[in-house]
Amino acid sequence: MTTAGQFHTLDGNEAVASVAHRLSEVIAIYPITPSSNMGEWADEWSAKGRTNIWGAVPSVVEMQSEGGAAGAVHGALQAGALTTTFTASQGLLLMIPNMYKIAGELTPFAMHVSARTLATSSLSIFGDHSDVMAVRQTGFAMLCSESVQAAQDLAAVAHAATLRSRVPFLHFFDGFRTSHEVAKIQELPDGVLKAMVPDDLVAQVRARALTPDRPVVRGTASNPDTFFQSREACTPFYDALPGIVQAEMDRLAGLTGRAYHLVDYVGHPEADRVIILMGSGGTAAEEYVEWANAQGQKLGLLKVRLYRPFPAEALLAALPKTAKAVAVLDRTKEPGAYDPLYLDVVAALRDGGREGLAVVAGRYGLSSKEFNPACLKAVYDNLALDAPKQRFTVGIVDDVSHTSLVMDPDFDIEPADVTRALFYGLGADGTVGANKNSIKIIAEETDNYGQGYFVYDSKKSGAVTISHLRFGPRPIRSSYLIRKANFVACHQPGFLEKYDMLEAAAEGATFLLNTPHAADKVWETLPVEVQAHLVAKKLRFYVIDAVAVAKATGMGGRINTIMQTCFFAISGVLPKDEAIAQIKKSIEKTYGRKGEALVKKNWEAVDATLAHLHEVKVPDAATSALHRPPTVPAEAPDFVQRVTAVMMEGKGDLLPVSAFPPDGTWPSGTTKWEKRAIALDIPVWDEALCIQCNKCAAVCPHAAIRAKVYDPAGLAGAPGTFKAVDYKGAEFKGSKYTIQVAPEDCTGCNLCVMVCPAKDKSNPRHKAIDMAPMATLRDAEKANYAFFLGLPEADREAVKLDLKGSQFLEPLFEYSGACSGCGETPYVKLLTQLFGDRLYIANATGCSSIYGGNLPTTPYTVNAEGRGPAWANSLFEDNAEFGLGMRLAVDQHGQHARELLAGLADKVGTDLADAIFRADQSSEAGIRAQRARVAALRESLARVDAPEARSLALLSDYLVQKSVWIVGGDGWAYDIGYGGLDHVLASGRNVNILVLDTEVYSNTGGQASKATPIGASAKFAMAGKVQPKKDLGMIAMANHDVYVAKVALGAKDAQTVKAFLEAESFPGPSLILAYSHCIAHGYDMALGGEQQKLAVDSGYWPLFRFDPRRIATGELPMVLDSGAPKSALAAFMRNETRFRMVEQQDPARFKALLASAEQHLKARYAAYEQTSKMTLPAPPPPEPAPASADGK
Amino acid sequence: MDLTTTYLGLKLPHPLMAGASPLSDDLDAVRRLEDCGASAIVLRSLFEEQITRELEGTVHHMDIHAGAHAEALSYFPDPGDFRLGPQAYLEHLEKVKAAVGIPVIASLNGITPGGWLDYARLIQAVGADALELNVYYLPTDPDEDGASVEARTLEALRVVRGEVRIPVAVKLSPFFSSPIHFARQLVDAGADGLVLFNRFLQPDLDLENLEVVPRLHLSTSAELLLRVRWLALIHGRVRADLAVSGGVHTPIDALKAVMAGASAVQVVSALLQRGPEHLETLRRGMEEWLDLHEYESLRQALGSLSHARTPNPQALARANYMRILQGWLETEPMNGERS
Repeated sequence: MTTAGQFHTLDGNEAVASVAHRLSEVIAIYPITPSSNMGEWADEWSAKGRTNIWGAVPSVVEMQSEGGAAGAVHGALQAGALTTTFTASQGLLLMIPNMYKIAGELTPFAMHVSARTLATSSLSIFGDHSDVMAVRQTGFAMLCSESVQAAQDLAAVAHAATLRSRVPFLHFFDGFRTSHEVAKIQELPDGVLKAMVPDDLVAQVRARALTPDRPVVRGTASNPDTFFQSREACTPFYDALPGIVQAEMDRLAGLTGRAYHLVDYVGHPEADRVIILMGSGGTAAEEYVEWANAQGQKLGLLKVRLYRPFPAEALLAALPKTAKAVAVLDRTKEPGAYDPLYLDVVAALRDGGREGLAVVAGRYGLSSKEFNPACLKAVYDNLALDAPKQRFTVGIVDDVSHTSLVMDPDFDIEPADVTRALFYGLGADGTVGANKNSIKIIAEETDNYGQGYFVYDSKKSGAVTISHLRFGPRPIRSSYLIRKANFVACHQPGFLEKYDMLEAAAEGATFLLNTPHAADKVWETLPVEVQAHLVAKKLRFYVIDAVAVAKATGMGGRINTIMQTCFFAISGVLPKDEAIAQIKKSIEKTYGRKGEALVKKNWEAVDATLAHLHEVKVPDAATSALHRPPTVPAEAPDFVQRVTAVMMEGKGDLLPVSAFPPDGTWPSGTTKWEKRAIALDIPVWDEALCIQCNKCAAVCPHAAIRAKVYDPAGLAGAPGTFKAVDYKGAEFKGSKYTIQVAPEDCTGCNLCVMVCPAKDKSNPRHKAIDMAPMATLRDAEKANYAFFLGLPEADREAVKLDLKGSQFLEPLFEYSGACSGCGETPYVKLLTQLFGDRLYIANATGCSSIYGGNLPTTPYTVNAEGRGPAWANSLFEDNAEFGLGMRLAVDQHGQHARELLAGLADKVGTDLADAIFRADQSSEAGIRAQRARVAALRESLARVDAPEARSLALLSDYLVQKSVWIVGGDGWAYDIGYGGLDHVLASGRNVNILVLDTEVYSNTGGQASKATPIGASAKFAMAGKVQPKKDLGMIAMANHDVYVAKVALGAKDAQTVKAFLEAESFPGPSLILAYSHCIAHGYDMALGGEQQKLAVDSGYWPLFRFDPRRIATGELPMVLDSGAPKSALAAFMRNETRFRMVEQQDPARFKALLASAEQHLKARYAAYEQTSKMTLPAPPPPEPAPASADGK
Repeated sequence: MDLTTTYLGLKLPHPLMAGASPLSDDLDAVRRLEDCGASAIVLRSLFEEQITRELEGTVHHMDIHAGAHAEALSYFPDPGDFRLGPQAYLEHLEKVKAAVGIPVIASLNGITPGGWLDYARLIQAVGADALELNVYYLPTDPDEDGASVEARTLEALRVVRGEVRIPVAVKLSPFFSSPIHFARQLVDAGADGLVLFNRFLQPDLDLENLEVVPRLHLSTSAELLLRVRWLALIHGRVRADLAVSGGVHTPIDALKAVMAGASAVQVVSALLQRGPEHLETLRRGMEEWLDLHEYESLRQALGSLSHARTPNPQALARANYMRILQGWLETEPMNGERS
């Protein structure tokens, strides 16, 4: 009996989560890309009351880490619940200890992994098998899926087979390529799942559950006498497992008609050349093999589905006897060894007596590297050689170890009846959403199959998205990017300058451009390179001013519906009228439950579109004088020219191995070459009105508006439009002052305008900073900015260290890819201004590591002396420890240097040595003087002929004070890294911890953390969080020897600067909790500063500083820097979508949560107030200082 | 004393009702209003902006960053069903209807003919006894003439009228150039009642920060007189019930409104200041005054001082203005002591 499921379009994560949710009772998860969405789906379904196949709503719990999730899973399994989890990459690594336990205890359990690269020399969120290969010896069965359809189907097989075999299952599929690919699949109805997981299997789980009603113990400790034997006792379960899995696959085939085998063979029955691989590469390979065999070749393909236990017999049985050469392709790298699948296959072939075969190992697809027909051709061609290349790589050019196979970059086999469309959109214009919707329309409303895959930018502001859509009459197996499109759309005209998007246009394809220029005027606005493609490839060219249509129909900046309508109108993929009817239907489906008005407005936009869509007659020749500008200017350093610029153009795939540092060490200061020019409007300074407070510079998230005070002589040669006024302060009397915008680095967020306090008295709408269109200002301001950068920096010793003064210090963190209006980056920038030339940053994984270190460019930069922040990211969970390690090394070096200096004092001069030992480095002047002494020391050491002198020369820089800051988000500090943070706070060591608190996991898309406040809706707290935010500040204060501050730059900037300075000067651990507005709060970020004020005024975010040094002086250690709540909490909350959506879901619940939040804030304020009056007994006077290393 | 009155076809024991305000925002307060004797309750307005912009705002802020970054395909959970402004309003209306026995008048506030007016039908479906259409509009476009403003208001009313069978009152602002003519057009377009007048919340100026700031001022009895005049001028000249809104604080205020022609007296500021119990004070005060002056019923007093019936109708017109001005000038030197 087959039970036909309905066809639906969805991505791999949703398909898998749907099965797992319906077959589970407890789901414990932790967000990690690319598996986060599986947990989110499960949570959303449970929140909406969706039940599993037994009629119960599964419990979904978000834990503090994957380690925590694995522990909760283990406990739930022991207590007899059908349990699942979803994870990937480092998350999977954190589960390993429990995986051994769960497998060792023969516990039925299925987990789902969207396989992702493990961080090595660099982190990557994309797909390969390095994570799953790291758990292959845990005892888990491992089942691999190659496509969205298979991922859904084999998820069910995993849940069924684990119950029958008692062996836990890890079911995996390729991160992004499968987890995020949208495809049309036939869904598994509940009936199939019930047939796969009958009640008697569930009863067995219940019977084994740990219960005091039938008590047993598990988790004992064994000794040498018995452990080995008991470990071998599980072997029969593994022996039986392949048979059980095949039986479940057969059961599924009987129910659905879709057949799977432990190892599936595709290709010629008498194939001479065979590839063996796992995962999404299998579908591309299958497509290639069929094509090549149709050309008369004899190729075969073995797709390994069950990887552990390794199905050697099935593999031998499936491999044609005619095979002469086999390539085993691994999607992981085991440096210095054969990769794992190869070893398994070779062992199986040897055991099976097939030693005569030529077997070669190949590596492909790391971090979602393309694996397309060109790669496959290269692999099969290699196998045809008399001596095939062994241990090769494919898909890259390895000009270092020369492992790579040569590929024909133009080789393509895509069938003519598949429509291939490419869309270049801006992150915020809704292109991806509209394209997902188009796939749904085409795939669900017609007999066509559809596939959507989306390529995203590494930037969070002004980000480009590239949608790859295929439609065709057969299921689409092309698991690779489109290289020859018959439809290309450019949703942002600015991209024409940056990307060679028509390179991928096929002959005779259609090009759709959103442009403000009319059809008869647009030609001359195109760069000649674009014109050349249009002419040479005989492209049909359409234009629409989608922005104007959006504005006219009240759609604001969202052009997605309009561009979608254009696509349907000219692509011919559906009859035009039918397409428009379908778009309208889908709009109604999307917005219908949210309001008719919104539906009507979108419909109006659809109706208005066609009248504004025009075909452009393409002339016979490319004539434009406009050229695509070079990606980086000629003065950029060689590395930036050769490597960074290529990556910036989106052509990093072309770079050979030799281009890259082998250890992940990259130059800093490269964002400055990436002039993205993404702002529509940029700030304009009115020097006459300005009161010179520098607040605009302080709040700028991108260091794109700066202040300088300088000698008037510096103005010589200034561009004509360069503005300068007399400086008003006393400290730089007689100097000139300039506020300057970096026009091509500004993101147009408006924060500087909002914070500007200087209003024109007769026209208060005009401020000392106003926004004006960039187009007319760009060239002049570009020149002005270049001149500004050439002006000397202020003397750091003369700058008064308050908010205003801090902005005269050079920012060594600039033009990051953070969101426009980011609330975190101003703190990071301030940190680099205050201490950047002596700063170590240990950065937890998260937003700050992504805008801090996501290639191609890095925002951390150096000053004129070449000094700047030394930045590194280890992991998400270990950042406090990572930073402490840096401190230990620096202290160790410093101590050793002092010891060496003590020994060499006579030789380098006792006065100098003495001065170095006794240096006061608590000020800029002190540090500068010490640097001069160390320089003198090095000179002296050069004249000393002793090995100790050489050692000291190497370590001498550590005689100058270094500042160690540990930076991360609330997900790290409150959740996954809390244990380490707690330990470091208790270490007594001189480290500073900056928590950029957005109160939610921002980087992974808004999951609740323990920093999420009462009443906020977040993923895993959709209906509004009930538990209060953890009071990390109070917890830290309980140590009594930790400096703690809570700051909000937008509310009280002077207090923020003070806290940073105090934390730095405090000789022990310091913790700063920094309120950071975030797009995950759901409001216009231009209002971030205003919201911060409301947060403080309403008591939502009280400000304080707790300085243990004040205990010794008999002062009150805690200073409350904000008063009792004076404005309504509700007013603050209702401005933000995260709170408002709770009210909009359930007003009564919101009211109750608001009351609870108010109560909590009152209690917290009372606690703070009492603490601020708390005196602590002064510690005994310090022991006489231990003898210094020089013995004096 | 018989204080009964009829407003929008609703037979009420007396004319005193709670006007559109936060007083009706929660069920306990609504029950308290009923316990304190309100003859009806006008719910706070469902604003056009709530239906359009709030929804768009929420959807906008949820969607704007979605699908832009590989690690975060969205930043908010999708609750699917939002009970945005309109839904929450309808649910509240339904609960209020279930909680009290007195008539409940819903209120829609907006001006542009559009999808939001469809909510009139839903308001009826949920059980509102009548609907107040509040045409709160600031004409800020120099190209828009007064006739266009009136035409749009009439169009909005016609749309609503086309949607519902329940009685519809229009709440007016005092800034129409020919209010009586316009009142007649509204009634011709289907208005069953007119509410005089909307109190615009006038923003204030913050001189320190050079900003315009919202400010809520509660009404005083002084504001009543504008209403009294126009009630008196309109009463008897249109076939619609009139209600007063704004400035009723004392029993005498209420009686003035009734005598000028109001069948219903909406009270807000006085209740916000003194609590719902003040309704009883007002009712008792009216009763006592009418007893003392030997009225048989309130009906007897209704419209007795309207333009059509007052012995000195010119006093309601321009002459009145002249006399007050002159009188004020005369009395000013006497330190405000007036006879």
